[in-house]
Amino acid sequence: MDFLQNLDPTVQFILFSVVKIGVVFGVTMSFVAYSVLVERKVSAWIQDRVGPNRTAPPMAQFVPILGPFLTRLGIFQPMADGLKFLLKEDFTPSYVRKVYFWIAPAIAVIPAFLTLAVIPFGSTLGNPGNKMVIADLDVGILYTFGIVSLGVYGIVLAGYAANSKYPFLGGIRSSAQMISYEIAMGMSVVSVFLLVGDLNLSKVIEYQAHGGWLVFKQPLAFFIFLVAAFAETNRLPFDLPESESELVGGYHTEYSSMKFALFFLGEYANMIASSAMMVTLFFGGWTLPFIGDPASGLLGGLLHIGIFVAKMCAFMVLFIWVRWMFPRFRYDQLMDLGWRRFIPLALANILVTALVVAFVNR
Amino acid sequence: MSATATLPAPAAVPPPPPETVTVKVNGKTVQVPKTMPNWQGKPEPTTMLQAARVAGVEIPHYCYHDKLPVAGNCRMCLVECGTPMMGPDRKPVLNEDGTPKIARSVLPYEPGTPRGVIACATPISPGMEIYADSPATHQMREAVLESLLINHPLDCPICDQAGECKLQEYSVEHGQAESRFVEAKVHKPKAVDLGPRIILDDERCILCTRCIRFTKDIVNDDALGIVNRGSYNTISAFPGKAFDNNYTLNTVDLCPVGALTSKDFRFKMRVWFLKETSSVCTSCGTGCNITVGAREGVIHRFEPRSNDAVNGPWMCDSGRLNYKWIGRADRLREVRIGGRRSNWSTALREISGKLSTAPAGSVAIVASARQTNEELYLLKRLATRLGAITDSIVREGEADGLLVSADRNPNSNGVRLTGMAYTEAGIQLPKIAAGIAAGTIRSLIVFGEDVTAHGLDAGLLAKLDLLVVSDVLPNPTTEAATHLLPGAAPVEKRGTLVNTKGRLQKFNKAVEAPGDARPEVEFLQELVEAVAGPIGTATIEGLFNRMTAEIAGFGGVQWAAVGDTGITLSL
Amino acid sequence: MSTKVVERKPLTAWERSYVPSILGGLGVTWKHFKRTAPFLGNKPITMEYPEQKWVVPEGYRGAPYLVKDQDGATKCVSCQLCEFVCPPKAIRITPPGAEGQPADRANAEKMPLEFEINMLRCIFCGLCQEVCPEEAIFLQKDYSLTGVSREEMVYDKEKLLKLGGTHAGVQKWKHKLEEAAEQETFPVETAAATEATK
Repeated sequence: MDFLQNLDPTVQFILFSVVKIGVVFGVTMSFVAYSVLVERKVSAWIQDRVGPNRTAPPMAQFVPILGPFLTRLGIFQPMADGLKFLLKEDFTPSYVRKVYFWIAPAIAVIPAFLTLAVIPFGSTLGNPGNKMVIADLDVGILYTFGIVSLGVYGIVLAGYAANSKYPFLGGIRSSAQMISYEIAMGMSVVSVFLLVGDLNLSKVIEYQAHGGWLVFKQPLAFFIFLVAAFAETNRLPFDLPESESELVGGYHTEYSSMKFALFFLGEYANMIASSAMMVTLFFGGWTLPFIGDPASGLLGGLLHIGIFVAKMCAFMVLFIWVRWMFPRFRYDQLMDLGWRRFIPLALANILVTALVVAFVNR
Repeated sequence: MSATATLPAPAAVPPPPPETVTVKVNGKTVQVPKTMPNWQGKPEPTTMLQAARVAGVEIPHYCYHDKLPVAGNCRMCLVECGTPMMGPDRKPVLNEDGTPKIARSVLPYEPGTPRGVIACATPISPGMEIYADSPATHQMREAVLESLLINHPLDCPICDQAGECKLQEYSVEHGQAESRFVEAKVHKPKAVDLGPRIILDDERCILCTRCIRFTKDIVNDDALGIVNRGSYNTISAFPGKAFDNNYTLNTVDLCPVGALTSKDFRFKMRVWFLKETSSVCTSCGTGCNITVGAREGVIHRFEPRSNDAVNGPWMCDSGRLNYKWIGRADRLREVRIGGRRSNWSTALREISGKLSTAPAGSVAIVASARQTNEELYLLKRLATRLGAITDSIVREGEADGLLVSADRNPNSNGVRLTGMAYTEAGIQLPKIAAGIAAGTIRSLIVFGEDVTAHGLDAGLLAKLDLLVVSDVLPNPTTEAATHLLPGAAPVEKRGTLVNTKGRLQKFNKAVEAPGDARPEVEFLQELVEAVAGPIGTATIEGLFNRMTAEIAGFGGVQWAAVGDTGITLSL
Repeated sequence: MSTKVVERKPLTAWERSYVPSILGGLGVTWKHFKRTAPFLGNKPITMEYPEQKWVVPEGYRGAPYLVKDQDGATKCVSCQLCEFVCPPKAIRITPPGAEGQPADRANAEKMPLEFEINMLRCIFCGLCQEVCPEEAIFLQKDYSLTGVSREEMVYDKEKLLKLGGTHAGVQKWKHKLEEAAEQETFPVETAAATEATK
């Protein structure tokens, strides 16, 4: 550790950042893989089924008790899924617009990961200066919205590049939906920042550590943000861009193999990012009502990260559970909800919050 | 039925209206001619069966056949009828409302009342009423069918007739669902070899004697008869005499059940799979109308199609069995240039290029009297444009006085009408041979004939610059061709033919030509248009109408007027 | 076509807030989750297919196979009714033709040269069994048919007969043969007549 302490601060910063990026990326990737498994298992149980319970590497059967148990749990399923995505035939139809067709999956998946850069997923680790956030930006939330709005390009481009009607319809729907709900989403968080008085996400957590979770102060903003998050991630009940019954597969109909997997990855990474955002903005990030101070030791730091991840997992389960609770919205209902309900509500919420901040909290 | 379309209609005195008799069929009053043609076409008093047909009612029957003498032995056509009642004063007895009182047969039979009569042999009388649908009639039919089925083996699954069997049809329509016969059935010989083309199953036979009457009265070959008595009645060929005339297979069509079946068609395909196409037999100049039975591109049988102006309901065995070459493995199926496989566009481009620059008189065309009128017409256009010398080839055989014609070409008259050959076909061939030998004829077009067998031997053909041959089967001429164009068999294309008596008939496509082979009309049209300019129509109908308008012999008849049974030209 | 106007009841404000639907959805999903999720103490009710196999009930319509008669002879006489009736055109029969091998039992005259069922096309409807006049084809209990190529899934006559087993049935042709044999002597002695003389 001394070796690290003695390094030049710039080198230290770069080193820590690289490590943090690597760890966050790796964790997110495996999180995606296992959230797919959780999704499959939870949906199976909700539908009175067993779910994945077969896939196992050959050696698993030689491990007594644990091997069969993990197999039945489907622990090895994500590996098989990943392998399948890699090994499947990567088919590019002859009629697609090749360049956009190849770029689109990358554009869809990158913003999801970029968003994670500004999320403070823990307090500090070991060194008090070693903040558990990759980029402690002062304009964190603006950065997030900027990046998130890029995600729609991947989908629109995929729909356009496929040169086929269903993907095209999916792309069109997706762009309209994302643009609509981004407004409601953005407005819902304005009130949060009116209270906090800072755009830096670390500051938001700091505020909540002492002033209580914002979900209690801004329940309406949280509700709008939650619903908008569902719409932004194209999750049921707002999965119109890929509604199977109408559009085959929507924007990714013509994709296969790894390119399809990237869209898949993007969707789940988006879910993770949204969950992380909600935890950060409304549920106190790594804090708990009785744990508010930044950790001093290594153990405390890890505990904070654990708290954060646990909260995030709860949101992931919510995402998954909601999928089986609702039928899909009709497109006009979706638009109606976005423009005629949430935007006025969010505006009213801003107004009320502003008045409260101006006259009560002074 | 016997009315034949004739062209052009002669300004004849209209015949006097036929004398009619008024009868009632199923309560419907109809005027029926007093006499109608019998099996030989001679007028005879109209029978109840014929009268019912005029009224649109079909009375079931087995032994009766339009073109055979009436035998009246199957009893299937039994119907209840009634006649106006006569009083002792020889005056009709009237009902209270003034209509004549009808003496009607009733069940159970009482002496003195009219009984069920066989419709096929009972002449009608004025005022007669035929009850083809009454309960008594139905009861009679049911009883007759039951009796016919007593000894029937009910082996439809292995019977070739199944699907077109009158016993099956009438059993469904008029029979009982279950057999009441519990005793042992009489077993007779099965799969008897009756002749070279016929197999007899005596168990299935209902002894209607249609086959006996046909071979005795139509073919004049008294070869068949019934032997044994009672339940043991069996059809048999005359001892020591094979049933082997050239018309035996007609008995298979005639047989209403599966007793007589064709050896050729035996166990080959079930009839309900066959796609039936109206066509014309091309084995001789008679042009018998046929129905082609094919499944999935494979021809399974030819059957005669009734046309009183040509063949009646019959056709000869040799023509009927002359279909096997169509599916032969050595059919020409590749376009070849100089013996190498090529394609249509290249071959036609080369041929039209060479023909377009050929000097007048340097081209000869040998057409075939097996070609359709449309093909011959296109060739004639080509010949006119090129100033070509043309001819066709005679094919003679022996006529049998029935259907087989001495002219074995199906379209000799078409060749004459289109002018591809003069009244005498074949007289230009020596001139063509001399022209090739002298070097004045440099190009020869041959369609469907082996010219090496007609004076143009391989040595002569080798002298040519261009030898275009179109045929369906390989022969020495196709071997020598510089450009070989695979053609289509008659069942693989559409067109019209003119038979020896001037009957213009059309035939339809039943199956696809194999490989690259195409109907001659298609590629000839491309070739003629490339050489002699556009024709202005792309369909066979348009081509036909163009041809009949241009060539006086066809009398301007339109395709639509030809119909399924053809039209007679005045030659 | 006449139209019937169905009255649409306007939703109440409570219903329009989606809350009852949300609660309803939650209730349904939770009810099922609770009775299935293994960590809540549930035993799986799903049958583990390849290891556990269900008992195929009588009358089950599995794969159609050809059967042999009591003497091991092919029952099919190639009447092609099944080929005709087969809705997905899975059956293809090649009839023997005049020169083909006669049936391997007396009297029946005919049996198929080739009999193929494309099990990829077959929909197990049972019409072939229903239409067969010879009781020669039966839908049996096989439901799991696998192969590694399309060709392999076209079952030919040999395979169908091997899989099909034996079914005696009414033995129509045998009875016919016996009846005919009794008539070899004249006057005809039927079984009933012989019985009477005894």
